[in-house]
Amino acid sequence: MHRLEIINGRIIDPANQLDQTSNIYISNGRIIAIGDCPQDFNADQTIDAKDHWVIPGLVDLSARLREPGLEFKADITSESIAAASAGITTLCIPPDTDPVIDEPAVVELIHRKADNAGHTNVVTLGALTAGLKGEYLSEMAALKSAGCVGLSNGRQTIQNALILRRAFEYAASQDITLFIEANDPWLSNHGCAHEGAIATRLGLSSIPVAAETAAIAHNLELIAETGVRVHFCRLSSARSIELINQAKNAGLKISADVAAHQLHLNEMDISSFNSHCHVLPPLRSQRDMEALCRGVANGTINAICSDHQPHDIDAKLAPFPSTEPGISALETLLPLTLKLVDLGKLELNRAIASLTSEPAHILGIDVGQLSINAAANICIIDPNKEWLLEEKDILSRGKNSPFLGWGFKGKVSHTLVDGDLVYST
Amino acid sequence: MVNKATRPTNDLLGQDLWNIQLDSQGQLKHLLTIEGLGSQILTQILDTAESFAGVNESVKKVPLLRGKTIVNLFFEASTRTRTTFELAAKRLSADVLNINISTSATSKGESLLDTLRNLEAMQCDMFIVRHEDSGTAHFIANHVAPHISVLNAGDGQHAHPTQAMLDMFTIRRHKGPDFGALRVAIVGDILHSRVARSQIHALNTLNTGDVRVVAPNTLLPKDIERMGVSVFNDMDEGIRDADVIIMLRLQKERMLGALLPSEQEYFQLYGLTEERLQVAKPDAIVMHPGPINRGVEIESSVADGPQSVILNQVTYGIAVRMAVMSMTLGRSVSQSSADDNRESQ
Repeated sequence: MHRLEIINGRIIDPANQLDQTSNIYISNGRIIAIGDCPQDFNADQTIDAKDHWVIPGLVDLSARLREPGLEFKADITSESIAAASAGITTLCIPPDTDPVIDEPAVVELIHRKADNAGHTNVVTLGALTAGLKGEYLSEMAALKSAGCVGLSNGRQTIQNALILRRAFEYAASQDITLFIEANDPWLSNHGCAHEGAIATRLGLSSIPVAAETAAIAHNLELIAETGVRVHFCRLSSARSIELINQAKNAGLKISADVAAHQLHLNEMDISSFNSHCHVLPPLRSQRDMEALCRGVANGTINAICSDHQPHDIDAKLAPFPSTEPGISALETLLPLTLKLVDLGKLELNRAIASLTSEPAHILGIDVGQLSINAAANICIIDPNKEWLLEEKDILSRGKNSPFLGWGFKGKVSHTLVDGDLVYST
Repeated sequence: MVNKATRPTNDLLGQDLWNIQLDSQGQLKHLLTIEGLGSQILTQILDTAESFAGVNESVKKVPLLRGKTIVNLFFEASTRTRTTFELAAKRLSADVLNINISTSATSKGESLLDTLRNLEAMQCDMFIVRHEDSGTAHFIANHVAPHISVLNAGDGQHAHPTQAMLDMFTIRRHKGPDFGALRVAIVGDILHSRVARSQIHALNTLNTGDVRVVAPNTLLPKDIERMGVSVFNDMDEGIRDADVIIMLRLQKERMLGALLPSEQEYFQLYGLTEERLQVAKPDAIVMHPGPINRGVEIESSVADGPQSVILNQVTYGIAVRMAVMSMTLGRSVSQSSADDNRESQ
């Protein structure tokens, strides 16, 4: 029986409204006490967290680990090591792997590989339609019982509204949460940049805001009719937040997230054809970026995720429109969020909630909090450590980050998964 | 050496889009976009072109670029632009290699960078590049060996700077050097036009009095007015009292994406006819980057009429391209080698 204590840390746990300097006692992978040492507790290991923050391990709503299918870019082992170093203890994988996560065997394969790697917990989203093709429903109940925490069609849209409605009805009857990345494929029209002055100047094919908002509105009508629980992924515009807010006020069972990079970058960042800023949905205007920050601050946007998409070097070495979209983002998820706190855009408590209890709640899993008897998934942070992001320090196999050279304050010093110390500086 | 004309660079932030075009002495090294080049450099291009216009007329070669190798690297089909670049290079006594890649290497999976590395190994001095992706010329300029100059012969919908400069040359020859007095209307498919974007930058840099674009909203990119133009949907209003009318080619495939109902309706609303030309200034000139779609964007009698300078544009194109090649490749030897040292560090 392994016993561990974390002493003298500032424990911040939004789920339990906890913010105090205290001690955590862990036994058998679970938190058995916070505060006073239980009787007969003799720690095998002590972590002195003086001047450090002790928070729940982060829960990342979307990380592509590239396995199975694109192992030349990254794999489950490499990325879960990177995640552990970034304080992330639960990763959620979208279904667009190759093969697609549309049958239980693929779910089992991923879970087995993640267990073998053993650095961080991995959960999966199953495909909402077979092969993500938008034609036939996947075996939703089978995927659920294989362990999928929800279903999604990735960025591929179900174009036939009748099929979409039936998918919603069926998912609602099986009590399954759907994860929707709202995108009208005709309006986005293979574009690679936000429709506006910058794309016009650079001659880049553009994606209007309506590609996202029209799809959100379309989905909301069907959600209202079917009562399905839906999480909207990767919002990019101010107007999207308005739509989500209205729908929440009308009582719909919905939630939303944003990728951390959307809170720091905007269309200006592509103005020198910087392919590291090629992302989907595209970086939008300054006004949209500010609105997204406010949306997180006031809770309209529930969670911040990494939207991790590691790439090989060649994927970004081409003219901008021919590069592959996405950022290697696991290791900047916490730093970028803490930067918002430093900039005064986000309260610390809200920032931590958006990375822990909120995403855990969306996934419907029992993590993201420091409760007694909860699994000891814990992240310890040195809040005063100042550092520069350098390529050599990125543990992910994908080095594609637009944040290289950025300065950050606050760095993970220890990560525990189920009571095991999986990372320490 | 003191860095006089370029801005300080910061490796972490990446290159300014335009800064990369100048060497440490502020001389033109690449021509990728008009944007950010000052009026001084644009005027220098025009003046140098003026000096070469005579060479063209008496069909003589000048030995300025003897021993230099220039590669026409065209990933997109082109006859006119490629030919004028080739002629310009030959009149400057350079060796020219034409490579059309639209159907060869890159479609077989060779990356653009691999293609470049292979060509670099052949000791070339200049790449003239056309590619369907916006930003290609910048990408290449950022990745080629430091002694190579890159000229953008059209990248996606982004820029076509030599076309814009030959248009400025045409305007200056026919309307004089004071652009401030001119009203210029660009008519047609602005959305898909790299020519229009480069023209707008050039006209504004040269302080043109009034720059207008005329098109239906489906052919106008969003926020185009922020590039410094006024927008007109109505053709008659747009070209009223114009000194210069630039007609753009309408690609036939635009009907497929529902951007326009038909060629007939387009011609009715935006085609330049003799009758419509009456609302412009009596001495207005009519320009077109070619190739022309007669009866789609312009009436034959206008294209061939007295106010048309369309064929002059083609002729001037050679002089302007000679000017740009000689300015970029003909920089003094000591200077360019100093640059090479700096950049290879």
